[in-house]
Amino acid sequence: MKNMKTIKLLSSLVFAFLIVTQANARFETHDFATPQMEQDYNVLVAELRCLVCQNQNLADSNAELAQDMRLKVYKMLSEGHSKQEIADYMVTRYGDFVMYRPPVKSSTFLLWFGPLIFFVIAAIIVFSYMRRSQSTKENAIDTEQQKKAHSLLDDE
Amino acid sequence: MARYVILLGFFIMVGVFAVVLDRMGKGEYNPRDIPTEFLGKPAPGINVPDLYDASQIVKTQDMKGKTWLFNVWGTWCPECWREHAYLMELSNAGVPIVGLNWRDEKAEARSMLTKMGNPFVKIGFDPDSSVAMDWGVYGAPETFLIDPQGMVVAKHAGGITPAVWEAKFKKYFVN
Repeated sequence: MKNMKTIKLLSSLVFAFLIVTQANARFETHDFATPQMEQDYNVLVAELRCLVCQNQNLADSNAELAQDMRLKVYKMLSEGHSKQEIADYMVTRYGDFVMYRPPVKSSTFLLWFGPLIFFVIAAIIVFSYMRRSQSTKENAIDTEQQKKAHSLLDDE
Repeated sequence: MARYVILLGFFIMVGVFAVVLDRMGKGEYNPRDIPTEFLGKPAPGINVPDLYDASQIVKTQDMKGKTWLFNVWGTWCPECWREHAYLMELSNAGVPIVGLNWRDEKAEARSMLTKMGNPFVKIGFDPDSSVAMDWGVYGAPETFLIDPQGMVVAKHAGGITPAVWEAKFKKYFVN
C-alpha cells in the first residue's frame, strides 16, 4: 500500500518535470557567436511581447509572427546591434506595449503606480473604518458605565 | 459613511464594466487593439518583390503624390476574404490600394485573386514578415492610409467595411 503511494508520487513528479521541461523547450535553435549574444537573445525574447497572443512573451509563443520576430531579434544581434537598439526597433514600430516592462512616462504612469494608488486608497478606507468602529465601541462602554453609575447613585 | 463609499465604489466598477462590455459588443472598442505608432509619421518602405512579377520591387515612393491605401492580407485570414468584395468596390471607385501578401503561398494568393478579383495596383510579397514588422503589423487584415506627402494619416486593424470606411478613411478622398 505504502509502496503504491510512493510510486504514484514519483510518477506524478516525473510527469510534472516533463511538462516543465516541455514548456522550456525552444521552438527553434540558433547558433550564437558568443555566449553574451545568446544571453542577450534570451533576455530580449523574454522581455518582448507576442502581439498575436498578447499575454505571452516571444520566448513562449509559437505564433507565426512571434517566430518571425524571434528571427528578427537573432538577425539583428548577428548584425551587431545592441540589446537597446533592438528594443528600440520594436518599440518604434509596435509602441511601448511590445515591452513587458515599458518605460515609466505619463502614458504608463497608471500602469506602474496604479496598484500602489489603489493600495493606499484601500488602506485609508480600512484604517478610517477601523478607527470609527473602535471609537463607537468606546462610547458604548462609556454610556453603560454611566448607567451603572446612575443606578448606583439612585440606590443610595 | 465608509460603508456608503465602498458601496458607491462597487457601483462605479459595475458601471465601468457594463460600459466597456457594451462598447466591445458594438465593436467600438477592442481591448486587443494596438494603436499604430505611425500616425502623422512618414510611411515605412515596402521594398519587396511583386507577387506577380518578382523583378518588380514594390516601393512606397512609387505612390508619392497620391492618397492611397496599404492593405495587409493573406489567404489564411478569414476576415481578408470577407473584406475582399468591399476592397474591389473601393478599387473600382478609383481608390488606389497597394497590397501586402503576408506569410502566404504565392500560388494560393494568386488563385484567390483570380477567383475574387484583384483590387490592388501592386502587391508586395512578404513571406517572412519583414515588411509587416517594419509597419508594426500584428494581424491581418490591417489597412493604412497614406497621404500624397507619404505620411500615414489613418489605420484600421480588422476588415474594412462601409462603416469603417465612412468613419476613418472617406474624408481623405473627398477631392
